[in-house]
Amino acid sequence: MPDFLLEIGCEEIPARMINAASAELRERVGALLVRERLAAEQITTLDTPRRLAVMAAGVAAAQEDMVEQITGPSVSVAYKDGQPTPAAHGFAKKAGIEVTQLETIFTPKGECIAAKVTKRGRNAAEILADSLPKEIATIYWAKNMYWRKPTERFVRPVRWLVAMLDSEAIPLEVDGIRAGKTSRGHRILTTGEVPIPGPGSAYVDALRAAKVLGRAEREQQIRRALDAAARTIAGARWREDKALLDTVVNLTEFPSAILGSFDPQFLALPEEVLVTVMRDHQKYFAIEDAEGKLLPHFLAVLNTDGDPQGLIRHGNERVLRARFNDARFFWETDQKKSLLDRLESLRHVTFQKDLGSYYDKTLRVQRLCSWVNEILKQNGIAVRPGVVHKAVCLAKTDLTTELVKEFTELQGIVGGLYARVQQLDPGLPKATRMAIADAIYDQYKPESTDDDIPRSVEGAVLSIGDKADTIAGMFALGLVPSGSKDPFALRRQANAIVKIIAEKALPLPLGDLVRDARSGYNGSAAEPKFVATDQFARSTRAFFCERLEFYLRDVRGYAHDVVRAVLATDADDVVDALARADAVKRVLHMTEFQAIGAACKRIRNILRQAQEKGIQPAPAFESLPDSAPEEMNLTAYMQQTVPRVEAHRTKREYFDALMLLSTAREPVDAFFEKVMVMVEDERVRGNRLALLQTLLKEFSTIADFSEIVTEGKA
Amino acid sequence: MNPAISNPLTFQELLLRLQSFWADRGCVLQQPYDVEVGAGTMAPETFLRVLGPKPYRVAYVQPSRRPADGRYGENPNRLFKHMQLQVILKPPPENVQELYLESLTAIGIDLRHHDIKFEEDNWEAPTLSAWGVGWQVMLDGLEITQFTYFQQCGGIDLLPICAELTYGLERITAFLQDVDSIYDIVWARNPETGEVVKYGDVRLADELQFSIYNFEDADVEKTWKHFELYEAECKGLLERYRSLYRPSDEEKVERVESSLDQQSAALPGKARFPLLAAYDLCLKCSHLFNILDARGAISVTERVGVIGRVRALAVVIAKAWVDQQADEKNDSEGPSEKSDEANAAHEKKAKRSKERPTPVAI
Repeated sequence: MPDFLLEIGCEEIPARMINAASAELRERVGALLVRERLAAEQITTLDTPRRLAVMAAGVAAAQEDMVEQITGPSVSVAYKDGQPTPAAHGFAKKAGIEVTQLETIFTPKGECIAAKVTKRGRNAAEILADSLPKEIATIYWAKNMYWRKPTERFVRPVRWLVAMLDSEAIPLEVDGIRAGKTSRGHRILTTGEVPIPGPGSAYVDALRAAKVLGRAEREQQIRRALDAAARTIAGARWREDKALLDTVVNLTEFPSAILGSFDPQFLALPEEVLVTVMRDHQKYFAIEDAEGKLLPHFLAVLNTDGDPQGLIRHGNERVLRARFNDARFFWETDQKKSLLDRLESLRHVTFQKDLGSYYDKTLRVQRLCSWVNEILKQNGIAVRPGVVHKAVCLAKTDLTTELVKEFTELQGIVGGLYARVQQLDPGLPKATRMAIADAIYDQYKPESTDDDIPRSVEGAVLSIGDKADTIAGMFALGLVPSGSKDPFALRRQANAIVKIIAEKALPLPLGDLVRDARSGYNGSAAEPKFVATDQFARSTRAFFCERLEFYLRDVRGYAHDVVRAVLATDADDVVDALARADAVKRVLHMTEFQAIGAACKRIRNILRQAQEKGIQPAPAFESLPDSAPEEMNLTAYMQQTVPRVEAHRTKREYFDALMLLSTAREPVDAFFEKVMVMVEDERVRGNRLALLQTLLKEFSTIADFSEIVTEGKA
Repeated sequence: MNPAISNPLTFQELLLRLQSFWADRGCVLQQPYDVEVGAGTMAPETFLRVLGPKPYRVAYVQPSRRPADGRYGENPNRLFKHMQLQVILKPPPENVQELYLESLTAIGIDLRHHDIKFEEDNWEAPTLSAWGVGWQVMLDGLEITQFTYFQQCGGIDLLPICAELTYGLERITAFLQDVDSIYDIVWARNPETGEVVKYGDVRLADELQFSIYNFEDADVEKTWKHFELYEAECKGLLERYRSLYRPSDEEKVERVESSLDQQSAALPGKARFPLLAAYDLCLKCSHLFNILDARGAISVTERVGVIGRVRALAVVIAKAWVDQQADEKNDSEGPSEKSDEANAAHEKKAKRSKERPTPVAI
């Protein structure tokens, strides 16, 4: 059982693409080996910016021979008077066997002749050489290129290939490159080619000697280097940053780290700006003291083994100084024109080509937010409309500042920082001014499902209003996200709305929100291009339902069927859906509800069949004199219980309501056991259908229990 | 002075060193183009040469004007006009990255003592309808070069593609000389007297004066008028080219390919048609657009439209150029057969010569 190695040597692969490509290659090679009956014991990968390698231990040297049965013509054609006909001879010849070796088998088409043929297994090298080029060529890249022929595409030019089974090279050729047994080491720390003795540890060791480490080892080495460098400053630690760490791991083949410093004077700039420059533009880790305060130092990860002379540190410090100087220059320039004075210039900043400028957007969001304020106030939520109004008014003005033009990822944050330092409206109390600044600062939050929501209600209203306006405008234009295409990040924005409503427990129905947001476009130049209102309502409803489903399932961790059951009842009120999901989750393990789920399915089927036959339930159920005792019993139970369930439900005490409903199991089971619903008597039948319909409705007002998956649940 | 580098190069020594490095590797050394451009890519030595099948290697310094980047000579890191060294390798040799790294060694950077990274950076020029993929090359955290594999130019898929190396000369020199301000870069040192001429001595005045002109003085109305005149002149030429040599226009590409191409090739004087002049006019438009932009005369909404107007010129010029070059080749080499390898649209029209391009020796 030989071991297999494939290494694709490539010019530097973009850091953001390496992990996924490596996993895909592993998947593809694994599937190929299974498909070709070469199944390996274990598949591992090794990837760096310049290579994607996959190894399979214990691959079959060749496929086993396989006996296949080929079906021939029917017996009546193959034999005449017990003698083989020319058809039988022909079939045997084609199969490569003697006529006497033919067998007779039974098939759905009748009795046929058949031949057993041994298919020789091909050897692994041959199969891999044939199949790997296609697997390599079909790896997905967010952006690829060609360098020889337009048909040969990869993320960057492929420069070498290693393909081996034990110590033997596989005769593989991809894009004009023949695979061999030679790899390449670290660009700078080694010279020349690296002979690979074989797959597995021999390969990993050969690379290590050539100053190339696998991903896990690099991460470990970086962590150790960062720790060691940070330790040289008393009480300091580096700021953990998973995404940044992943990036620098994928930018290096043999990493180390250096500690650099910057002039403490720059600490006068807001931390957000300093950290953004360091992280996003220079890929540096920030260093903080024990209280979490930023220190005038940074850590840079190098793709080399060290910096004994301090040259690299010196160079990096120089670059950072220039960057910080720029940021300071922008910061100071921006103060010459206050945010208030920038509002007018938003007329010239396009929001979307059909939907007008950011000035238009500001007016719409203002209108939408005052409606949201009103709803919140009516429901007893304290919100300061003046804070919201002012925050909306200034929210987008930072788009005209130099600092945001330079660091676009700081939009919103910069607006908040400027609002804080610029003393807008000196007449207002300080607390109010700070509240306005904070709402502006938080307007893009949450940026992901892991991110925090805006701190204040006012910030929440602004964030929701801004996003709802965008979603409504885009959907009205028919610019609906589909598949991987979501250029305006509408899904992310809808996720944010759902998350804010859920976590701030806002009584804000999604349907009303979107409808009101759309009405903000009434009379605008874009309106003639809008889709019909019913289509708009349909597409936004489906879209938000999907987002709410995502939130409940992937963010809150509710089981798939619980979420479906809850949303089948209603997907408009986020807070209510959460409360119902929680109640359903709590009762789900009870045997009563397993039975009730089954009963609901049964009722649903009965009602559907009745409807198909055109049979209507009675308008209401009642106790009929000729009712069966089980029916009387259930009727009495319902009359007694429904109002009590109702009372819990209106108070949103869904768990209590469900517990009450759980007592329905006994009368329901007894009913189904003894009572036939679809009887001849129209009056009795109609009454029973009405009873069942009411029952189903009672359950379904909390969740559609027929959606609950009962099988395999403990 | 950079502690790493004893006797760092002066600015002009750096230019000489890099040019001589690439001359030794088969590049034609061109001189800066004499019409205002925003980047070395826009010079015809790149924009037009990358089109079509003919291998080519060229290197040139290109002063690049970006009016909006001007800072009145007050910002130590930003310039209205900076210098790029532009290297085009068409097609790119297999060891193009290694060659590039060697060029760094040639200017005194010992890679063993520095940190070099190739970080993803894809380049796109909407005014030229051109794009490619590649990296920004980072040296100790400083972006020193844009390394791009061109994929498309003037809306035309390239075959072969080329590698474009754009060195940021001021940055590299400031790094070598370890100065914090561009204006402190030593441009030249008199070998006899040791007397030094700095970047500021040579360039500060035009940074200041052009910032004033571009941001404050440029007459918006007249600049628009210039734009329109150049655009009209360029369009006029392109119309004439089309009516003379490509009467069938786009929708009849098929016919152009078959019969009309030969017919038009037979037309006298096609090679004399001044498409290069049309391209200069297009560059003028691009530069005037940049001035209007810096002047704040173009709203964000308008911007896209004006960029589109310049792009429209560039795209038509690129197509016409490919057409003209193909015929020129036919004229000199006689009729050629169509290559069945041809798959890019332009290439079908271009009619490749049977003769394989000889790779340039390194």
